Amino acid sequence: MIRDSPSLVQGARKIETENDEKTMETTTKELKTKHMFLNMGPAHPAMHGIIKIVLELDGETVINADIDIGYLHRCFEKHCENGNYMQAIPYTDRLNYVSPLINNVGYVMAVEKLFGIEVPKRCQYIRVIMSEISRITDHLTCIGATAMELGAMTVFLYMMKAREYLYDLIEDVSGARITTSYTRIGGVKTDLPDDFKEKCREALKELRSVLEEVHRLLTKNRIFVDRMRGVGKISQEFAQSYGITGPFLRSTGIGYDVRKANPYLIYDSVEFKIPTGIEGDNLDRYLVRMEEMEQSSRIIEQALRDIPEGSVRVDLLDRIIESSEMIDLAKMGKTKELILTHSKVAPTLEGSEVQSHFRINVDKRTIVIPSKQDTYSNIEGLMNHFMLIMYKDGIRAPEGEVYFPVEGANGELGFYIVSNGTDRPHRVRVRPPCFPIMAAFHEIIQGDMVADIIPTFGSVNMIGGELDR
Amino acid sequence: MGVDKTLDKNIILSKLDRALGWARKYSIFQYPFVTACCGMEYMSVACSHFDIDRFGAGFPRFSPRQADLLMVVGTISHKIAPILRTVYEQMCEPKWVIAFGVCTCTGGFYNNYATVQGIDTIIPVDVYIPGCPPRPETVLDGLIKLQEKIQNQKQEI
Amino acid sequence: MKEEGSVFEKIKEKFPEGFISRHSFRGDDTIIIHREYLYRIAEYLKESEEFRFNILMDLTAVDYLGRGYRFEVVYHLYSMDFNRRVRLKVPLLEREAVVDSLVPLWSCANWYEREVWDMFGIRFNGHPHLKRILLYEEFEGHPLRKDYPIDKRQPLIGPGSKEDRNRK
Repeated sequence: MIRDSPSLVQGARKIETENDEKTMETTTKELKTKHMFLNMGPAHPAMHGIIKIVLELDGETVINADIDIGYLHRCFEKHCENGNYMQAIPYTDRLNYVSPLINNVGYVMAVEKLFGIEVPKRCQYIRVIMSEISRITDHLTCIGATAMELGAMTVFLYMMKAREYLYDLIEDVSGARITTSYTRIGGVKTDLPDDFKEKCREALKELRSVLEEVHRLLTKNRIFVDRMRGVGKISQEFAQSYGITGPFLRSTGIGYDVRKANPYLIYDSVEFKIPTGIEGDNLDRYLVRMEEMEQSSRIIEQALRDIPEGSVRVDLLDRIIESSEMIDLAKMGKTKELILTHSKVAPTLEGSEVQSHFRINVDKRTIVIPSKQDTYSNIEGLMNHFMLIMYKDGIRAPEGEVYFPVEGANGELGFYIVSNGTDRPHRVRVRPPCFPIMAAFHEIIQGDMVADIIPTFGSVNMIGGELDR
Repeated sequence: MGVDKTLDKNIILSKLDRALGWARKYSIFQYPFVTACCGMEYMSVACSHFDIDRFGAGFPRFSPRQADLLMVVGTISHKIAPILRTVYEQMCEPKWVIAFGVCTCTGGFYNNYATVQGIDTIIPVDVYIPGCPPRPETVLDGLIKLQEKIQNQKQEI
Repeated sequence: MKEEGSVFEKIKEKFPEGFISRHSFRGDDTIIIHREYLYRIAEYLKESEEFRFNILMDLTAVDYLGRGYRFEVVYHLYSMDFNRRVRLKVPLLEREAVVDSLVPLWSCANWYEREVWDMFGIRFNGHPHLKRILLYEEFEGHPLRKDYPIDKRQPLIGPGSKEDRNRK
């Protein structure tokens, strides 16, 4: 074999001894290198949304980066100006689409601040429970996707399994899994179903067992910790000069949370802690998010324990008739028998009956649409509904401007609404929590390697719908 | 050009066409071009609850050269439309396109200056799955319809 | 916690020419100032020991078409030490839609100002690189202005675009 030929081996040994003085380092210093420009283009496998990062690389190290956003610009703010206050609610679902109920609640609370009204207690508890469930789904998706990109496919599947239980809960309450449009100005769309408490407790039990499994898989895992520890580090001053909030800021040690600083709804009457990190790197952000999910479960359990009672389902069987029967009687002119009867609502409208209406909605006819039974069975309800929905009528807000911040899953989500007295808002502005983080991103990844961009980007939890609106 | 054109007229190739169709429909390599909220439903479909792997389509290939099904998931804006066209042109024949979600079918309720009103103005589409976002069962129904289409179409070699 | 009204008093005292008016609606304090004094007032609010508004929460603009001062640039400031918020508004004429950039004070103003330029067409003096951020470079016009219709199409490819017209 040529390889084993003694003369060749001797020749190789001779060259080796000659090169001993010249080390690898001196050889590389003599080679001329140039920086390379690499495009992590808009369509890339990290399943977080579309963004273009143009990197200037020296080997594997990032010297400079330029971030290009706007690939999902869907003109949320312009659409809000073109419709009335209620028509903006479906557009708010699609802002941060992993935690849609938080956006719904934020927008509606800003409008309610403009009107100067406050919703009943039961409605506040319902909004808090749904917001916290949404926050948990957001953190599950974020950690699951980050872990998947580092190779931990199992964690992703476990997180999605836990998320399915929560989606079932959300579907029971609001009718849709993701784009719920659940809140209304002055209340929520429907009351909680009867068996919600038991189902919720079951789902939280499943969630906790999944979180424990994920802790066992990831938190002390050598590979995971090595890839996340010390990567994407930021300091407190850096975070404050960029206006970063949320888990990103809390991982540096500053415990700023809108739920504690400016409490809204019932957050001042439930007990929960704000987890903070120490070093401000990716591993701290992962731990902060895992702990926040546990704290959110605590909030949900306390809210379920303290929620005021729902409507008493009085058996009005002899006073509720099928809507088809009611129409037939009305056509025949037998309207005297219809006094004080209500028509039966369709299954899709369950939860919005007359009994539960005033527990979940403010008692103001100029703002809140009447309950479905009233709309479908008597003329006053129908007229009230008509005046609030049709074009050029609708909800009239007083002139002025408000800014209302809520704690989104990524940080402070603020709605700034300017009203000119008509039924359409003059300007609706969303302050997206991940916008300042992406503005700072090019500085965060400087000095790290290309492979470190992936977990850092995953821990940013950039949601395209929120960033580009 | 179909296979039967290259052979004599008295040879029937129905079995080969059907066999190729059967093989192609049960081994779909998808390229998920995920942009927006429908991506959440795509994740749900791909994972264990509503497993898409049992239909043979569970292996996403993140390179268009290696994929044969382009699933356009989520709103396409005018800024990303040229990139979508480039990705489509980089795929090799035979290829199919699924328009996932109503934003890709017709633009959805985003009738504005930045949204493409339906991706069939840019690339040809085989199956439209409406919904905002579509439930995972709807997606699986759409995939089965695509599989029927693949089975019944003329197979190119 | 500082008592209400003290921010107004201090600004009026220190910058009497820059202060136009103030109001408070539903608990939100708003100060309207002249555009020449914006940088000085913002610097004072950030650096002064009694206020320390160290976080720029939001920077946006509003279009009041038909009013004398057509645009208004709105700044939301937050002080983490005192847990206080204040809103600054700078009215601008349409023909002089230029204002000083606050990038030297807060780094996040960079992207916020690029977005305001993209959507409204308001320029910022001293901004390092003012270019479009949410829309593509070939886009013409500033969409969030009130006279831009929402369904005006300017596609890059596909029906109605330049390449389509050239092909025809």
